[in-house]
Amino acid sequence: MTDRTTPWSLRLALLVPYLWLAALFLVPFLIVLKISLSQTALAQPPYLPVLDPGGGLAGLKDFLAALSLGSYAILLSDTLYVWSYLKSLEIAALSTVILLVIGYPVAYGMARAPRGLQGVLVVLVILPFFTSFLIRVYAWISILQHDGLLNRALVWVGAIGAPVTWLATDTAVYIGIVYSYFPFMVLPLYAALERQDERLREAAADLGSPPWKTFWLVTVPLSRSGIIAGTLLCFIPIAGEFVIPDLLGSSSTMMIGQTLWTEFFANRDWPVASAVAVVLLCLLVAPIVIFQHHEARQFDDGR
Amino acid sequence: MADRAGTAGAHDAQGGAERTVAPRPATEPLVRFDGIVKRFGDSTALDRLTLDIHGGEFFALLGPSGCGKSTLLRLLAGFETPSEGRVLLAGDDIGHVPPYRRPVNMMFQSYALFPHLTVAENVAFGLRQEGLPRREVAARVAEMLALVRLEEFARRRPDRLSGGERQRVALARSLAKRPRVLLLDEPLAALDKRLREQTQYELMDLQDRLGTTFVIVTHDQEEAMTVADRIAVMSRGRVVQVGVPAEIYEQPNSRYVAEFVGDVNLLEGRLTSSGPSGSVIASPAGRLASTQRIDAVPGATVWVALRPEKLRLAAGPPGDVAENCVRGTVLDIGYLGSLSVYKVALDNGAVMKAAVANTTRLVEQPIGRNDRVWLSWTSQAGVVLTR
Repeated sequence: MTDRTTPWSLRLALLVPYLWLAALFLVPFLIVLKISLSQTALAQPPYLPVLDPGGGLAGLKDFLAALSLGSYAILLSDTLYVWSYLKSLEIAALSTVILLVIGYPVAYGMARAPRGLQGVLVVLVILPFFTSFLIRVYAWISILQHDGLLNRALVWVGAIGAPVTWLATDTAVYIGIVYSYFPFMVLPLYAALERQDERLREAAADLGSPPWKTFWLVTVPLSRSGIIAGTLLCFIPIAGEFVIPDLLGSSSTMMIGQTLWTEFFANRDWPVASAVAVVLLCLLVAPIVIFQHHEARQFDDGR
Repeated sequence: MADRAGTAGAHDAQGGAERTVAPRPATEPLVRFDGIVKRFGDSTALDRLTLDIHGGEFFALLGPSGCGKSTLLRLLAGFETPSEGRVLLAGDDIGHVPPYRRPVNMMFQSYALFPHLTVAENVAFGLRQEGLPRREVAARVAEMLALVRLEEFARRRPDRLSGGERQRVALARSLAKRPRVLLLDEPLAALDKRLREQTQYELMDLQDRLGTTFVIVTHDQEEAMTVADRIAVMSRGRVVQVGVPAEIYEQPNSRYVAEFVGDVNLLEGRLTSSGPSGSVIASPAGRLASTQRIDAVPGATVWVALRPEKLRLAAGPPGDVAENCVRGTVLDIGYLGSLSVYKVALDNGAVMKAAVANTTRLVEQPIGRNDRVWLSWTSQAGVVLTR
């Protein structure tokens, strides 16, 4: 990355992000990885072995010998974990698709709005962030509960005869997730659509392409970066979501975040909880790596 | 390009006397703007504009920025609809036909190439919209890329091309559908001078070979004069004058056109008399005589427009100093190689420009700065303007 001619000041500047990533990402990950290879124990901390710096080389050898893949075997043997993973990926994938379908027209409308209005619209999209995330999810409970706002409104309009159960269903989880992650989908899409050259759409029309076709042939392909950014920004955190399914869902919507929480705090099984976290990380990193690889290849093709 | 050849003779100074009518094809015009008004909110971009463009012409819309020339082109492309009036293509009113159903194509100033498509895919874009068979599309793309000599760039993306190559891709893409009219919006503005001049001749050659009607928008009068068969000079949403390049240059109909196209000296005066044999004007620079007959009452304010190259510069007085002759001091000399431009301060304070061809190889010019000189011209050299 840095060659001989790079001045030391630039190297120093490049060092900062690497140190940051090492201290706040790599080191914690290694600690979690180590815990996942340990055994649970009634101790403080609640796992074995613990590396004793005073033990010398022999101590290190004993320490390494005591590590095992037992926690990972538990993950595979119990369908609870597999189902949680699948449920999480299902909810994350479906919510991301819903977010994209709702978010794209909104972002498109914002990008085509008069210049002066666009700033106002962006503020409106991020306005929910001005109140606490928890309060907003709790607000959904009062909307979705049996005698909540939604049921009363639907009964009053006459759409339903009697109140329907919303809370503690998958629907409630989807509503909560789509609502909460909406800005994370809309803002990258808006950024990509907003900088699109209007002349390109004119050029497509000039060459005989009606508006709907221009949308698919020009607008959507050119907003690819925004679609990818929005999808990753939503999919990854949704897959690890804990609060929304816990408050709005039921035991049938057990996502991996909740499983992890249970292992840590209810079962005090830190090694299994850590193994859950490591597997989740691998599941989420894999698509990003594949995507990066694909991008790099496409960039080379254009040369 | 018969027009261009036919007017070459008008370059001599004797052509000023007769107002020749530009040779126009007798057929129905291909494009007709009929009483076009285009308003954007409170401002009027085009004001009751009427203009005919004939099939096979290389037509230039010339004017300063904001004169409405680009709006006129966008009306023809279909990106704007007229507030009033009609846009006729081959007799049909296309004023409200959407751009994707018009048999015209546009080359954009910014080129507007699709960055996510290769050169070949860019050129093929319009053909695919027509639903042509794959093989025919490929053949036409190859033909177009050969036309602009970009065969080896077919698989590249636009961001890997130079400015001149992008310009050619844009040209190939806009010609691929064989449009009835090709619209060029400042097509050469982004190129450097040498490449621009070269491309001008390529455009002319291309238009000659294809026989397609080209309409170019430009603010560069030299470009318009070089490429176009006919030019419409525009100002504030109106067409001021339409004619072949030599007509625009040699017989401008107003001070605006005279000053916008090329260098000009304007001498203001009052009309003394006008008759079949010509007219006489009294001015602070002396008596001005012209063979031109003026439709104005004696006493009216008129201007004599004199191109710098039509003036004779001499150290001594010419034979007849009674008319069309002024005296002054050389203020500055601009040496341009092929010719030198002398700025002469007249005794009455005005400054005139005279261009003299450098026909000898002398480094030391016979007339230098601060020399007293005479400027004179024939009675056919100037154009008398009433507005």
